[in-house]
Amino acid sequence: MIELDKVSYGYGDTALFSQLSLTLAPGSFHFLTGPSGAGKTTLLRLCYADLRATAGKVRLFGQDAAALDRDAVAMARRRIGVVHQDCQFLDHLNLAENIALPLTVSDRASEAAGNLQELLDWVGLVPQAGQRPPELSGGERQRAALARAVIVSPEVIIADEPTGNVDWEMSQRLLSLLVELNKMGKTILIATHDLAMIRSMKSDVSARILRLKDGQLTQAGAEL
Amino acid sequence: MKGVLELIVGDPQADRAVPPTGLTARLTVFVAGVMAFLAVFALAISLATGRQAAIWADELAQSATLRLPADPEMADDLLLSAVEVLETTPGVLRVRALSSDEQQALLEPWFGPDLPLDSLPIPQLIEVVADDDGYDIDGLRARLTAQVPGAVLDDHTAWREPLVAAANRIRLIGWAVIALIGATIAAMITLAAQASLAANQQVIRVLRLVGAKDVYIARAFVRRYTLRAALGAVVGMIVGVVGVQILPGDNQVGSILMGVGFEGAEWLWPIVIPLLSAIVAFLATRAAAFRTLKEMT
Repeated sequence: MIELDKVSYGYGDTALFSQLSLTLAPGSFHFLTGPSGAGKTTLLRLCYADLRATAGKVRLFGQDAAALDRDAVAMARRRIGVVHQDCQFLDHLNLAENIALPLTVSDRASEAAGNLQELLDWVGLVPQAGQRPPELSGGERQRAALARAVIVSPEVIIADEPTGNVDWEMSQRLLSLLVELNKMGKTILIATHDLAMIRSMKSDVSARILRLKDGQLTQAGAEL
Repeated sequence: MKGVLELIVGDPQADRAVPPTGLTARLTVFVAGVMAFLAVFALAISLATGRQAAIWADELAQSATLRLPADPEMADDLLLSAVEVLETTPGVLRVRALSSDEQQALLEPWFGPDLPLDSLPIPQLIEVVADDDGYDIDGLRARLTAQVPGAVLDDHTAWREPLVAAANRIRLIGWAVIALIGATIAAMITLAAQASLAANQQVIRVLRLVGAKDVYIARAFVRRYTLRAALGAVVGMIVGVVGVQILPGDNQVGSILMGVGFEGAEWLWPIVIPLLSAIVAFLATRAAAFRTLKEMT
């Protein structure tokens, strides 16, 4: 689905990582860990073509991401649901409108009504549907971001620190939702520095745990 | 046609994706209105001068005046000779000697209504109207010199040609002003759209992250600015037409400056102004949006 082949990326003259390879197979579940500043968010952004690799190849659904024009990138993003660390909502829209945004921009707004109600119920945000993002708590925003990421039924879900702003109970609830989606066949990639959270989920899902540190991506697991 | 309908009807959800920009919106409507108001006047002046130029050109081609010497003893003979020469000239359609009343009316603005025309040596005037083919002016002058000594043929060229040329230039300037107004609307809309796009960079980023194509993002801005320009232009056009209507009519003074307005089918022209404003706004916003979105990549 998504493949990074000997990919390098850097800001200015500073290389963040180089010769890094990663394959997200259909239905797989990945945790990406590593210290702050290691490049987790950058790696995720490469996976949904928000950044272009300075070297190597990123393939999205079999296509070279570097060769995609802006419309093709947009089409690829409709197959990838992203939960951003800072949620990335439009503050002038209410929660329901924000969640429905991926359908709206795909000219599929008519499908929103049914899906939206179901999703709001699924993430427990029915009472907050009419509220604007600044009026919501961190946990509510994270759940809403997850709902927005899945409303178009994407094949891949990428989540960047989805539990960063929520308490333990809420983080467990969010992860349960992601595990549930994986069981429905979705490919999941979660970036987190919260090792305790990963440990708590190990028994629920067969996840591959990757560690990004000092520009190297390694398989982790046993030490967790 | 479907695209135009979609543009007018729009997609309320898509429109809401981009937040409203209060001041820019009001300024766009205001400027479009002012431009349409000015365009109505430029149009009215251009059309009025066009009409006047056509009238003058028509008269220039067909009308002349023969002035006979003011000699009371020879007056009748000169008149007969002149009429004979004129009536036998190929291309002359009609010859008519002005009556005393008509001549008095012509002199009245300068000498007042009580002019004793009979006691003054006033030259006799003869109106000469040519047919469509016209006559040989030099040949006629030569015959008049030989047979009607002292007669002067004035074909009005000397004073009408510059007036017609001036009227034609005013008309061209009127159209140039309308073109400049269109260009100003385009420039203003481009700046407003670019400012709006720049102010909404974060919104555009979010829309892109959830899979919006450039055409979707551009559509929200294009529809918004097109409708604003059209709305402002409709209001400006209506105010402009009312302004033209309250100008004095040409029958009141008889000057071109007093005859500015629309006649008959010309009334359709002001309706075109909002339509053209909308088209200009559509093209300008679309170009600005796609250019800016490309730069934001």
